[in-house]
Amino acid sequence: MSSAATRFREDAVRLTADLRHRQLIQTALSKYEVKRDEKKALFQDWEGARALAAQIKREAVAHLDTCLEQLTTRLEARGAKVHWASTGAQAREIIVDIVRAKNARMVVKSKAMTGEEIHLNEALQEAGVEVVESDLGEFIVQLRNEPPYHIVFPAMHLTRGEIRQVFQEKLHDAPSDNPEELTMVARRVLRQKYVQADVGITGANFAVAETGMISITENEGNARLTAALPRTMITLLGIEKVVPRLEDLALFLPMLATVGAGQLISGYNTLYGGPRQPGEADGPEEFHVVLLDNNRTALLANGEMRDALHCIRCGSCLNVCPIYRNVGGHTYGTTYSGPIGAVITPNLKGLQEWKHLSYASSLCGACTEACPVKIDLHHHLLRNRRNSAAAKPVWWQRIAFKLFSPVAGSRTLWSLVTKLGRMGQRLHPLVKGTRLDPAYAWTKTRELPPIASETFREWWRRRPSHPANKN
Amino acid sequence: MTVTLFIPCFVDLMYPRVAISMVTILERLGHKVVCPEEPACCAQPAFNTGYWDESRPMAEKLLHQLKDAEVVAVASGSCGAMIKVFYPELFAGTPHENLARQVSARCYEFSDFLVRRLGVTDLGARFDARVTFHDGCHSLREMRIYDAPRQLMAKVKGLQLVEMSQTVCCGFGGTFSAKFPMISTAMGEVKCQNALETKADYIVSNDSSCLMHIQGLLDRQGKSMKTIHLAEILATT
Repeated sequence: MSSAATRFREDAVRLTADLRHRQLIQTALSKYEVKRDEKKALFQDWEGARALAAQIKREAVAHLDTCLEQLTTRLEARGAKVHWASTGAQAREIIVDIVRAKNARMVVKSKAMTGEEIHLNEALQEAGVEVVESDLGEFIVQLRNEPPYHIVFPAMHLTRGEIRQVFQEKLHDAPSDNPEELTMVARRVLRQKYVQADVGITGANFAVAETGMISITENEGNARLTAALPRTMITLLGIEKVVPRLEDLALFLPMLATVGAGQLISGYNTLYGGPRQPGEADGPEEFHVVLLDNNRTALLANGEMRDALHCIRCGSCLNVCPIYRNVGGHTYGTTYSGPIGAVITPNLKGLQEWKHLSYASSLCGACTEACPVKIDLHHHLLRNRRNSAAAKPVWWQRIAFKLFSPVAGSRTLWSLVTKLGRMGQRLHPLVKGTRLDPAYAWTKTRELPPIASETFREWWRRRPSHPANKN
Repeated sequence: MTVTLFIPCFVDLMYPRVAISMVTILERLGHKVVCPEEPACCAQPAFNTGYWDESRPMAEKLLHQLKDAEVVAVASGSCGAMIKVFYPELFAGTPHENLARQVSARCYEFSDFLVRRLGVTDLGARFDARVTFHDGCHSLREMRIYDAPRQLMAKVKGLQLVEMSQTVCCGFGGTFSAKFPMISTAMGEVKCQNALETKADYIVSNDSSCLMHIQGLLDRQGKSMKTIHLAEILATT
């Protein structure tokens, strides 16, 4: 078992037994589901919208090369500098170099999962730069030295009491656990940082090829301040974020708000096309866009799972996933958690080390049903399992499955299994629920049903109408 | 019509009453019921664990058993989905691809078979109880069956259906329940909680594997709520 798998298992044991955590997440996500469904109902044809979104993403991914070139040309025409990073290390280097060239001491950052993916904050801190997360949820988890719990709701696992506590410890300012008062504390701290920061770093929700624009969706205005106040702006985005046309946003912006947060439309939707243009009153003097591959092209080359690049990082597959809801976001140990994380991580970071994420699923398909861009999520988990077992089978499992076929298919052997099962069942109480129990994984928490005194096939052969019973 | 039953291995062994109920119902409706004498498994455990090559010989055996069937009715939504949805992918590019597609097209989960293929909803059953229904995920999301069991239950005299607040997986997931028992159990506990909130006497489902998991948890927790397969209810008079 890989070390990641061992950690996953240990954390899953702890979190599934934590009933307070279970209650917190179930309640939060049940409320989300109500809001999401209200907003979904406002679409004239939700299924039609999903089909269209999937089609647009398929088009963008199929023409990724030309879309990215178009995006780059248009951005550069307005004075932006576009950088191409094949790996996370390259992206870190590009960004650290820009920050160093500006002699920056402080960077303010709005939400970017790509930043988490490449461990950008660590790289900047190593370079001696202070990094401040400006999204409220990200700000809170940063104070706690934690990664985000969820790709959309980073601090969803915390109660207001816990947030007050960390504000008290780190900011020495927490008048009460009233959310509005706590938000005002964060706001006072952050407003100073925007003014002091030399560089602002953002992620992106979409990139429009046709017009060469970066689209950022947010609810707090923090990304706008991050982009507008510092003299240098850097946007880091995965290459799959590109959409062909501006009008595509007319679908994607409300869709993302609906499934992402149960909102009609997000509070702020802003398009960034380049640095401050002549005659403009504000905006950064320099604008850098870093396009990140980091193995996304491996998914692009995989015809079977290419649709995983459709992902708009809305988090809706996490929200409906009963595994996510029970083990929580941190247990995955990955930047992208939940079903999409379980699908892409083994493909981006190593199949054998991360395959356990694809096995840790009942394959219920709630994710696929919830995905607004129709990624075949739970079937991809099966395909990851197939690929990992084919590349590196577990010897005893392979033997067990090889043997199962002749046994379950033979009348004699199957009745022998039935008889042995009945015998074993009589002895089972001696070891049931103990470590000696061969069915311990099941019987630790669950009862096993008895083998029937007469199986269906035994009954079938005993019927008077059965040919063997007619003279 | 001659209906071929596919009785999955665990139903044969542990839930024969489900299969017997199917025979009773179909014969009562005047159909001829046949059932392959040789046992068979749909090979889902190997398939879902990633051992597709190892699962094919088993699945091939079942395909041959079912190759001449006019229609196949399956006692479990999960095993049904294996044949209907996953066999075409499992056998894609093999000599059995066509056969897999043919059998897939003729294969039905039992409640779906009654309602959609036979056009029957009222079987004259009587079951005096308050029940809630658990949608097995394979039945719901792979086979797209939601209305059929509800249409059938609506015609059962004395039966009162109370829906649960969430449509969520019971946590069984085949080998998942043994590989990740802590997650599987937590999911099952959420399911049981949802069911208990309905104050139903029974949890009904069209999949015995889910019911095995739910009943196993309820029994361990000392709860009096019972599980029962839809076919057993429909076979009552």
